[in-house]
Amino acid sequence: MKTYSDTLDIRITDSSLRDGSHAKGHRFTAEDVRSVVAALDAAGVPVIEVTHGDGLGGSSFNYGFSATPEQELIKAAADTARHAKIAFLMLPGLGVKDDIRAAHGNGGTICRIATHCTEADISVQHFGLAREMGLETVGFLMMAHSTSPETLARQARIMADAGCQCVYVVDSAGAMVMDQVTDRVAALVAELGDDAQVGFHGHENLGLGVGNSVAAVRAGALQIDGSTRRLGAGAGNTPVEAFAAVCQKMGIRTGIDVLAVIDAAEDAVRPVMDEECRLDRMALLMGHAGVYSSFLRHAYRQADRYGVSGARILLRAGERRLVGGQEDQLIDIALELAAEHRTA
Amino acid sequence: MKKATAAIVGSGNIGTDLLHKLLRSPHIEPRWMVGVDPDSEGLARARRAGLDVTHEGVDRLLERAELPDLVFEATSAYVHRANAPRYAALGIKAVDLTPAAVGPAVVPPANLTAHLDADNVNMITCGGQATIPVVHAVSRVVPVAYAEIVASVASASAGPGTRANIDEFTRTTSRGIEEIGGAARGKAIIILNPAEPPVIMRDTVFCAIPEDADREAVSASVKQVAEDVAAYVPGYRLRAEPQFDDPSPATGGHARVAVFLEVEGAGDYLPPYAGNLDIMTAAATKVGEEFAKGLHL
Repeated sequence: MKTYSDTLDIRITDSSLRDGSHAKGHRFTAEDVRSVVAALDAAGVPVIEVTHGDGLGGSSFNYGFSATPEQELIKAAADTARHAKIAFLMLPGLGVKDDIRAAHGNGGTICRIATHCTEADISVQHFGLAREMGLETVGFLMMAHSTSPETLARQARIMADAGCQCVYVVDSAGAMVMDQVTDRVAALVAELGDDAQVGFHGHENLGLGVGNSVAAVRAGALQIDGSTRRLGAGAGNTPVEAFAAVCQKMGIRTGIDVLAVIDAAEDAVRPVMDEECRLDRMALLMGHAGVYSSFLRHAYRQADRYGVSGARILLRAGERRLVGGQEDQLIDIALELAAEHRTA
Repeated sequence: MKKATAAIVGSGNIGTDLLHKLLRSPHIEPRWMVGVDPDSEGLARARRAGLDVTHEGVDRLLERAELPDLVFEATSAYVHRANAPRYAALGIKAVDLTPAAVGPAVVPPANLTAHLDADNVNMITCGGQATIPVVHAVSRVVPVAYAEIVASVASASAGPGTRANIDEFTRTTSRGIEEIGGAARGKAIIILNPAEPPVIMRDTVFCAIPEDADREAVSASVKQVAEDVAAYVPGYRLRAEPQFDDPSPATGGHARVAVFLEVEGAGDYLPPYAGNLDIMTAAATKVGEEFAKGLHL
C-alpha cells in the first residue's frame, strides 16, 4: 500500500481559510488568519490553504470583494506558520500568472490550480510556471460528479503531464456518494501511477464529507482536503477534526494531534465564523441537484434582491448545468424567475 | 470597386468562421488560407470554396510573388507575435484575432475608424468584443471607476488557441475594458461550460458608477449600443433591462449597473451557440472592410 511519506499515510490540507472565505463573505482579517493558522499549525495540520474563496484574483463584483487583500492574508499565514506549508488556489480564466508570482513572494509554497473537470487544458501554462518557480503543485478537477471516471482520468493526465504533482477529485457540489468517489479516485490512481498522486476534496451537502474521504483513501488517495469546523461553501467541507479522529481509529497516520485540532475547531476557528455551516434545505438541495457549493450565499442574496425563491434559483442553476464561476448567471436566473412570476 | 485580397492564417474555429463571413463581403476577397494541419476541416472548406490553401504554415504564403493586401490572423498570441513583424515588413495590413495585442485594439461601436493608418490592429478577444461596447456605453454617460466582465462560452467553441492563451485572454480583455471601454480599471473573467447541448455565449458587464448617476441615461446608452452591435452581429441582445444596485458590502461599496447579454451566432461554421466566434469574426470583417475601403484599389 502506497503512503504519502515514511511518516504519513495521507496528507491533510485545511481549507477553512480559502473555502471558508465563501461562508465568511470574503471578510477574513489578517488577525483571523493569524489566530487560525497558529492553532492549526500547533495541532500538526501539515498544509493550510489561504486565498479568496474563488482563488487568486477572486475579489470582484461577481464573487464578492475581499475585505483584506488576499495577498496580505497569505503573507500573514506564512509569517505565522512554523511547520505548516501555506497553499493558495488559482482558477485560470480568473487569476493570472502574476497572481501566482505574488502569492509565492508572500510565502505560499503550494500552488493549487483548479479547472472545471472537463477543461484541464486551460491550466497547462500555469502548472508550467509554478513548477519553474519551484512551487509544489496540486490540480483541482472541480464538479467531478458531473463526468465519468474515464473522462476524469483523461483530464487528470493532462494536468499531470503539465507538471501537476497531485490531482484532486473535487466534489464541488457535495453531490457524490461513496461508490462514485471510489470509482473516480481509482480511475485516477490507475491512470497516473507514479506520475502524480491523487487527492479528494469533499463537501457536506449530502452529509458525506468524512465517509467520502475514507472511501477516497481506501481507493488510493494520498491527499485529503477538509476544513476545520466544516468552514466552507455550501454545508461546508469535510471537518478536519472529525476526519483526523476517524483516521486515528482506522490506523491511518495523518500527523495531526486529534485533541489539539478538536480544541482548535472550538477555540480558534469557531470564533472567526459568522455562523455554523449547516446542512439545511438550501445546502442539501445543492448536493441533491449537483450545484456548485459557493453559489449558496449568492443565491440567498439574489432571492432577497428579487423576491424569488432561493431554492428555485439553485434548482434552475442545476438544470442549466452552471459550472463554478458563473455566479453572474444566478442574477440572470433570479430575473427570469421574477419575470415568470409577473406573467403567471 | 476592386476587392482587397485577403489571407486567413489559422484554420481553426475562428479562421473557418471568418472564411464564411469574408466570402460574403462586398469589399474583401479571401484568396488564401494557411494552416498547419493537413487534415484540418477549415482548410478543406477553404479549398472547396476555391481558396489557395497550404498546411505548411505562413512561410508558404509569404514567399509567394503575389502577396495579400490584408491578412487575418486566427492562430495564437505566440504565433502572431512572431508573424506580425513579417507582415509589416512586407506591407501587408494585419487584423489580429488572437489576444497578442501587437497593434492598437479596435471595437467597432467604440473606435472603428480610429486606427485606419495602423499596419496591425487587434480585435482583443471574443469576450472583449461582446462586452467593451457596453462599458463604452456606460462610460460615455458617467465616469466608470471599475468595470468587470464575465464571459461564459461553450467548451466546444473554445479551441486549443483560446485554451493555451487563457491568461492572455483575461489580460488583453482587461486592458481593452480600460483603453477602449473607458473604465479607470478593468477586470475580465472567462468561464468554459461543457454542458450538452452547448450553451449560447453569455456575458455579464458590471460597472461601478457614481451614486447619483442618471440611471435612465445609462440605460438608454446601453440599449443604443446593443442595437449598434446587433447591426453586425444579429444574435447580440440584452437578456434583461440593465440592473442598478445601490452601494452595499456586496457591491464593494460601489453603486453598480449590471448588464446581461446573450450572443447567438449566425451558425456560419459552428452552430449558433458559438456567438463568441461570430462576434470576433463579424467585428474583424467590419474592421477589414474599413481597411479595404481605405486601400483605394
